[in-house]
Amino acid sequence: MKIHLDTEKCQGHGRCYSLAPDLFDCDDLGTALVLVTGELNDEQLAKAKLAEGNCPEFAIVIGD
Amino acid sequence: MIKPPVTDFATDFDHTDEAWVADPYPIMEDLRERCPVAHSDRYGGLWAPMTYEAVAAIANDTEHFTSRTVVINNGRPGDDALPAPIGVAPPISSDPPFHEIARRLLLPAFAPRPIAALEPFTRELCARLLDEMADAEFVDASVQYAEHIPVGLIAKLCGLPQEDGEQFREFVRIVLEGVDLPAEERIEAFKPVEDYISAAVYERRENPDDGLISYLLDAEITGSKLSDEHVFGSIILLIVAGIDTTWSAIGSSIWHLANNPEDLARLIAHPELLPSAVEEFLRAYAPVSMARLVKDDFEFQGCPMKKDDWIFLSFPAANRDPNAFDNADEVLIDREINRHSAFGLGIHRCLGSNLARMEMTVALEEWLKRYTKFELNNSEPTTFSQGQVRGPRRLPLRILERK
Repeated sequence: MKIHLDTEKCQGHGRCYSLAPDLFDCDDLGTALVLVTGELNDEQLAKAKLAEGNCPEFAIVIGD
Repeated sequence: MIKPPVTDFATDFDHTDEAWVADPYPIMEDLRERCPVAHSDRYGGLWAPMTYEAVAAIANDTEHFTSRTVVINNGRPGDDALPAPIGVAPPISSDPPFHEIARRLLLPAFAPRPIAALEPFTRELCARLLDEMADAEFVDASVQYAEHIPVGLIAKLCGLPQEDGEQFREFVRIVLEGVDLPAEERIEAFKPVEDYISAAVYERRENPDDGLISYLLDAEITGSKLSDEHVFGSIILLIVAGIDTTWSAIGSSIWHLANNPEDLARLIAHPELLPSAVEEFLRAYAPVSMARLVKDDFEFQGCPMKKDDWIFLSFPAANRDPNAFDNADEVLIDREINRHSAFGLGIHRCLGSNLARMEMTVALEEWLKRYTKFELNNSEPTTFSQGQVRGPRRLPLRILERK
């Protein structure tokens, strides 16, 4: 499972990098950046799902 | 002008009606089941969608809906606005493509890192307010606490004197709560706001500092300095959008804790729940409803919308929609999945959301460090603001236990 971020949908709410700072960061405008682009381990997966479930813009999808 | 009270919100919707101000949530629920887009002939024609789906669709549809004027009032929409796409207070009142240009100018100042740098200032401010309340048994959490916090932060950000805060709150009242005045009286009431900001901009032009007014005066769009109207409008926006919103969010959080001692005890015992509690308070008591104008005649979800009809864009209603949130009407301070829209959706996501979250978190942390048990003081009235920003304006409490 990997993190898929739709940067067109991201509006910089900042939920992902607050909840999962090991997986997401942001640029100078507050737009999200993915730090871990490869396969997620179990611990990362739980955090990534939390970020997905708190994104108001549905910009994050955790999938293959 | 005294308006008749609303008898049916489905056909005569008015967000300034006493019943809506006192407790909008049962009305939202009723409308969601019956309508779910309420209508009104008030304000020259208004639609009020109550579902998450409709609110999200409109927030994301800049083709059919304009942000030219975002405060619902009796004036002909847009009369007092600059031509689209700039609007009176860019970027909140701007449409694409200008919107993004105006927004990108301001975003870096409100990104997480610069906002985190304001945390020590915020903590000191909160601690000072709590010191002033000292050992009093009866306090007002709105008047003595919540309202001062965002005022202090906005003054600091703009490089304006802290002691001007009282005036800022009056400006907010004029802009947001005077919506029932006839247009010409509204323009007249706006004069002191105009005078103050013009003087502040003039002063910063002469004596630049490191605040946002100086930053905007120095900024350029495609090689040209911003127009005076743009700088003026953005400063109005920061003052109007940055104060009673966060004041409301802090007040509503404390109001909830005063009414729900089990949540208060749980937060005191488990301070690690504060981040999810803050998000849940934002969802359940989202302070801000925005507005849009219909660009041209357009049918939306079966509603025959006319050019220049208002849209009352209720993020609070979206946040209570059971189709979008499990147990939508319950406040669960440990809610894990929370895609709430308190800061809006789409390109107009609240510019100050990082600032607001930081203020709320620090304000609640400092409050809970001092006060471990409190309840509403029912011998005095708790009052809520009228208009598009909802939160307690009088919040009398009795302190039962302090540290």
